[in-house]
Amino acid sequence: MTVIGWIQIILFCAIVAALVKPLGWYMTRVFNGERTFLSPVLRPVERGIYWVGGVDERREQHWLTYTVAMLLFHVGGFAIIYGLMRLQAVLPFNPAGQSAVAEDLSFNTAISFITNTNWQNYGGESTLSYLVQMVGLTHQNFLSAATGIALAMALIRGFTRSSMRTVGNFWVDVTRCTLYVLLPICVVYALFLVWQGMPQTLGAYVDATTLEGGKQTIALGPVASQVAIKMLGTNGGGFFNANAAHPFENPTALSNLVQMVSIFALGAAMTNVFGRMVGNERQGWAIFAVMGILFVAGVTVTYWAEANGTSALHALGLTGGNMEGKELRFGIVASSLFAVVTTAASCGAVNAMHDSFTALGGMIPLINMQLGEVIIGGVGAGFYGMLLFVVLAIFVAGLMVGRTPEYVGKKIEAREVKMAMLAILVLPLMYLGWTAVGVVLPSAVASMANSGPHGFTEVLYAFTSATGNNGSAFAGLTGNTLFYNLTLASAMFVGRFFMIVPAMAIAGSLVEKKSIPASAGTFPTTGGLFVGLVIGVILIIGGLTFFPALALGPIVEHLAMNANTLF
Amino acid sequence: MLREIRPAILVLVLLTAITGLAYPLAITGIAGVIFPRQAQGSLIEQDGKVIGSALIGQEFKEDKYFHGRPSATVAPDPNDASKTVPAPYNAANSGGSNLGPTSKALNDRVKEDVEKLKAENPSASVPVDLVTTSGGGLDPDISPDAALFQVPRVAKARSMSEDAVRELVTQNTQGRFAGVIGEPRVNVLALNLALDAAKPK
Repeated sequence: MTVIGWIQIILFCAIVAALVKPLGWYMTRVFNGERTFLSPVLRPVERGIYWVGGVDERREQHWLTYTVAMLLFHVGGFAIIYGLMRLQAVLPFNPAGQSAVAEDLSFNTAISFITNTNWQNYGGESTLSYLVQMVGLTHQNFLSAATGIALAMALIRGFTRSSMRTVGNFWVDVTRCTLYVLLPICVVYALFLVWQGMPQTLGAYVDATTLEGGKQTIALGPVASQVAIKMLGTNGGGFFNANAAHPFENPTALSNLVQMVSIFALGAAMTNVFGRMVGNERQGWAIFAVMGILFVAGVTVTYWAEANGTSALHALGLTGGNMEGKELRFGIVASSLFAVVTTAASCGAVNAMHDSFTALGGMIPLINMQLGEVIIGGVGAGFYGMLLFVVLAIFVAGLMVGRTPEYVGKKIEAREVKMAMLAILVLPLMYLGWTAVGVVLPSAVASMANSGPHGFTEVLYAFTSATGNNGSAFAGLTGNTLFYNLTLASAMFVGRFFMIVPAMAIAGSLVEKKSIPASAGTFPTTGGLFVGLVIGVILIIGGLTFFPALALGPIVEHLAMNANTLF
Repeated sequence: MLREIRPAILVLVLLTAITGLAYPLAITGIAGVIFPRQAQGSLIEQDGKVIGSALIGQEFKEDKYFHGRPSATVAPDPNDASKTVPAPYNAANSGGSNLGPTSKALNDRVKEDVEKLKAENPSASVPVDLVTTSGGGLDPDISPDAALFQVPRVAKARSMSEDAVRELVTQNTQGRFAGVIGEPRVNVLALNLALDAAKPK
């Protein structure tokens, strides 16, 4: 670890923290339907969409209707991606002549993008036409992100409204989020990325004759427009197979810094939106503090482990850390930081190959996802995930003092706690259950690229990433098989919707309750005690669930590495 | 609930048109005007022919050129489409080795490369980036140490003085952005082009 490395980490944290308030202010205005500086341009477009879609923007929805609307929206999104992938060979914008994508891979990819996972069993430049990348993937990058934020808004309204039945209008929330938040930022951001060197063209791949006379086919495409929303919406699905490790998908150290900031920006700002809406910004900062502490702890471990390198490299007299699978322009520090950022949020973009990280360096991304991606988390998704843990923490605190727990004016009762537990427990069922199948079924075992404990970690990582809707991978695992295409799709589906529906049920239950003013007996939820309690609950629940699996994977691999055992 | 079906189709279609077509096509149009070189892939031409991209590494094996990092990219096996064969710096199929820290295959590969490099330049310690593959397999850069390590070989192959070659390395070394962000690096293709310009083959 170096001083300049830590300066880069601190700089990153400072930029994210500085964005929380202004972005939170702006997003609150958007979701409250207030005027913004973009309204003169965007308001007519917004009204046009409602007019065509038959949406009455003043008519709000019950939580069930809101959820059904969200699910219907996803059915359509699935159909668009699946259809385009199957038909890409006969559709325009296909200069590389890509052929139709197989049924199981199309199915997996469509589920992957509507759930904001963006797991890549496909290799972008070798599989997909420009049309699929734009109309299939770029559009769902926007809409799955907007859906996440819309759902978080509905849950926040559950806390802020008193004795009501509605939680907002899904169509209005999704449209506003797309038009006023995601799209304007992406326009500026995409042009910045092109300036840094990212291609943005509909032209064909270029054949170059190298200096030594070899032939090199250089894949191009409309990269920047997709990468902007891939990062901002914590989607993470790469235009290219190597994702943000590809020089075209992340050309410079500056583009890398901005990409990392954009992964966290909206998720971090959600804490401030929450604070503003419940009338006390400190409520938001307390949650931000929980996230920040867990994040910095993770970065420290991964940076230390990667800078330290592996015993095998040391034995050959090599110093300078574990550079296998890392890009030189980012080095150890920016690669480690990116890995922790992308898994703390539910992004899943990678700028280095996690499969080649040291055992402990690669364990932190795994843990981040297993904790439910609540450290900043996916846009919206991370925030409602965190609120589930807050509900539990408040419940535990209430048990300790023997008083009905309350949070920001709402009593937390049996129904909320049951729903929170349902959402939190269904995730390990998916990733531990499928991992157990994946390591005994012979056809699945054949997919592992590494042997020994590292192979087990590849499988565990895949199902954890899919369930958490992250999308990053220990990419040695051959995922494009019938088994993995179907099982990973099921994990992504359950991981997304079995989290969303209980969260929405909580929103519906809370919104009907009366708000009660804080009294002398109310547990204060803006101080250090609360922050410590939430961190404790996250670590205890997470630790009890996945420690045994980690012991079989990265922990035993670390011990093997120190004993100079190779597999 | 049935009244949600109409917006589920029409709002989706409109938002898809805006985000999936209007937005990427608008960015393509604007970028093509204000950043035409980058938008096309930062291609480098020589005598009217494209010789590569400034951002994409390419394979160098000859002694007279500086070599980039090892690359783990592959291509489909021409004899058996279900298999792949190594194809370093394949810019149409990016990817890493994905070998883990306790991988014997990784250890064997690094060991072999270290021995080769030690034989080439026994006086310096082997820089780690010269024996490890990058994430995308297309890394255009090496560290300044890795460039300096190769100076004796390149100078000998070109009958140039080591000082002259070292000078070119220094000229082609880029520092951190704003002195803080990223790592110091040398773009291999740019350095090799500078070499050819200084002393034609």
